[in-house]
Amino acid sequence: MSPIKPGYVRPLDLKQGRIDLTHGAGGRASHQLVQEVFHPAFARTWPLHHGQPWRPGGDDGTVLPMPDHLPVGHRLVLATDAHVVSPLFFPGGDIGQLAVHGTVNDLAMMGATPLHLTVSFILEEGLPLADLVRIAQSMADAAREAGVAIVTGDTKVVERGKGDGAYLSTAGLGWVAPDVRLSGTHAQVGDAIVLSGPIGEHGLAVLSQREGLQFDSPIVSDTAPLNGLVQTMLSTGARLHVLRDPTRGGVATSLNEIAAASGVGMVLDEAAIPLQPAVQGACELMGLDPLYLANEGKLLALCHPDDVETLLAAMRAHPLGAQARCIGTVTEDPHHFVQMRTAFGGCRMLDWLMGDPLPRIC
Amino acid sequence: MKYVSEFRDPTLARHLAQKLADAVQPGRTYRFMEFCGGHTHALARYGVLDLLPPQVQMIHGPGCPVCVLPIGRIDMAIELAQRPGVILASYGDTLRVPASRQLSLIRARAQGADVRIVYAVDDALALARAHPDREVVFLAIGFETTTPPTAVALQAAEREGLHNFSVLCNHVLTPAAMHAILDQPEHVPLDGLVGPAHVSTIIGTQPYEVFASRYHLPVVIAGFEPLDMMQAILMLVQQVNEGRAEVENEFTRAVTPQGNTRAQALVHEVFELRDDFAWRGLDRIPHSALRLRPAYARFDAEQRFGLQDRSVPDHPQCLCGPILRGQRQPVDCKLFGTVCTPDNPMGACMVSSEGACAAHYAYGRHRAPTATTAATTSAVPTELSPSP
Repeated sequence: MSPIKPGYVRPLDLKQGRIDLTHGAGGRASHQLVQEVFHPAFARTWPLHHGQPWRPGGDDGTVLPMPDHLPVGHRLVLATDAHVVSPLFFPGGDIGQLAVHGTVNDLAMMGATPLHLTVSFILEEGLPLADLVRIAQSMADAAREAGVAIVTGDTKVVERGKGDGAYLSTAGLGWVAPDVRLSGTHAQVGDAIVLSGPIGEHGLAVLSQREGLQFDSPIVSDTAPLNGLVQTMLSTGARLHVLRDPTRGGVATSLNEIAAASGVGMVLDEAAIPLQPAVQGACELMGLDPLYLANEGKLLALCHPDDVETLLAAMRAHPLGAQARCIGTVTEDPHHFVQMRTAFGGCRMLDWLMGDPLPRIC
Repeated sequence: MKYVSEFRDPTLARHLAQKLADAVQPGRTYRFMEFCGGHTHALARYGVLDLLPPQVQMIHGPGCPVCVLPIGRIDMAIELAQRPGVILASYGDTLRVPASRQLSLIRARAQGADVRIVYAVDDALALARAHPDREVVFLAIGFETTTPPTAVALQAAEREGLHNFSVLCNHVLTPAAMHAILDQPEHVPLDGLVGPAHVSTIIGTQPYEVFASRYHLPVVIAGFEPLDMMQAILMLVQQVNEGRAEVENEFTRAVTPQGNTRAQALVHEVFELRDDFAWRGLDRIPHSALRLRPAYARFDAEQRFGLQDRSVPDHPQCLCGPILRGQRQPVDCKLFGTVCTPDNPMGACMVSSEGACAAHYAYGRHRAPTATTAATTSAVPTELSPSP
């Protein structure tokens, strides 16, 4: 008798296989990709529901349990983020981690507790399945660390040459307590400007990988989920007005956005801005200004000046805020300029990022 | 950071600022031109201007390779880039320089021209090797500092028999531009020159002697670090006070009297002087630029593609010309910060970070606008005068 197994589907070759157009066609190959790559990875992020493992239904959408006992007055926050970083893997991280951290951090900057993520993959024909598995695993690890579940997704495949391996887009849902009201429009004259740690690492890590630059002490991306640090900061009771993660455009651009939105000026102290020597050295070499380089695990906080010491103490007790510093103050300025006292002893403006010196870094 | 922080030490800066304040004589001004865009950038970026006594005025010179490239040369590059089969390789800054017909290289690229950003001429050579079926043209710009690498690349192309590589040469010469500024009848009254840093590593200090002797101008060659600049300015003040006009070298850690003779020999082997060359803001200057020698003619894009050098006037309200000659400041321009911004530059001085307008826009806009330079000895042509 022939050993026919009527329901047999030959498993994907996750070691040697590559993405082809059928994986995005919506047929059996698409289904198989979800079952063999995404489900096993993302199942590690799914929460228990009433004591039972929760499983998605394979439907067009996911029905989610409401967060347990959210009191009246809590609000939902929704954020989304797209990622086109090249290369997909870089020192200190990869596109999967970045896609999770990007959206988690966007939610965290609103003071929200992130709950659920969705993810869309736009894959290029020819992407090694091993790379996709690595990305999915890395997303799951990042989601678990941040305490969020990846609950639904989509996959499309584009022809070879029309993508760059993989583009990822994530959306995230979270909740925020009634007394937390953070916004880029809430900066007040006199506020202290706090930075959670040294800057420029992500932008340089990606650039150095892309350009094949080697440094004595390797520069690795700072990509990290900031929701834990934010909860620590909120629990101090410090009067926080603005939180912002200085990603593309760097610290300089983020502060200009806030100054414009709140109708204030700012004065920074260059000597107070934390910077790793390796980052400073690489910037000197390449003619880059670290204040315009992307960060993926740092935040800027604007708070009432009387609360800054309390806030800094709490931040420094958290691993992601160990090198937090107060770097400046919010001032009255009809032009909404961000100025900086240079370490050299003069003063200059710090403008928005012009152009795009480092494309495709997140 | 080692080897950098030493040249940015705030304590030393305060010390030098005090020495400068003590050195300047009350009741007189000291007008110094920093020729080089790198110095313009450093003055603004480190806030050096705040540490200078009010008697010292810094006047920005034309030493920004992107800024002095006239529209006609950019038009030539665009025309070339739009030809089928051509890949134009250029430094990033040059892509945004506005040219005729509301085009720039970056806009031509969006319309389909194959323009690639390269960080060094080596990248352009690599493109030529990778695309043997395409014509790869390197848009070579810059003063004496960037010329030797172009010469090396041309020799490599010759050696390898790279038949699809050529250079659109816009290499220009610092001393010629200095002469042009000082020979203009309405030139700014100057008390001294801050000589270029990197250019001087190649050409040495000797070519500046003529400015000290013929124009009786003190010249101090300075490094690009902020303490270098303050020290050089102090040396200039001392020369002025003592009535001396000499070439002094502050940047001794890199610049010698003879310069880099190997690089000079290399440049001499590959390039020869042009009879004249058009500069933005300075018109045509005799013997101010280089072209490829006949032995390298097949690598000369102008000859290879039969390109014509046409002169195209600047935007009538753009003050890039007088700004490059040191006669005007960026804030004197009606377009500055309104029509012309780094995001949407009208003139070349707003394009490169070494341009006077871009540096002032990015770093110095918070300063209260000072009165118009009033630095010209005779009237500026009326069409360039700011409105009352």
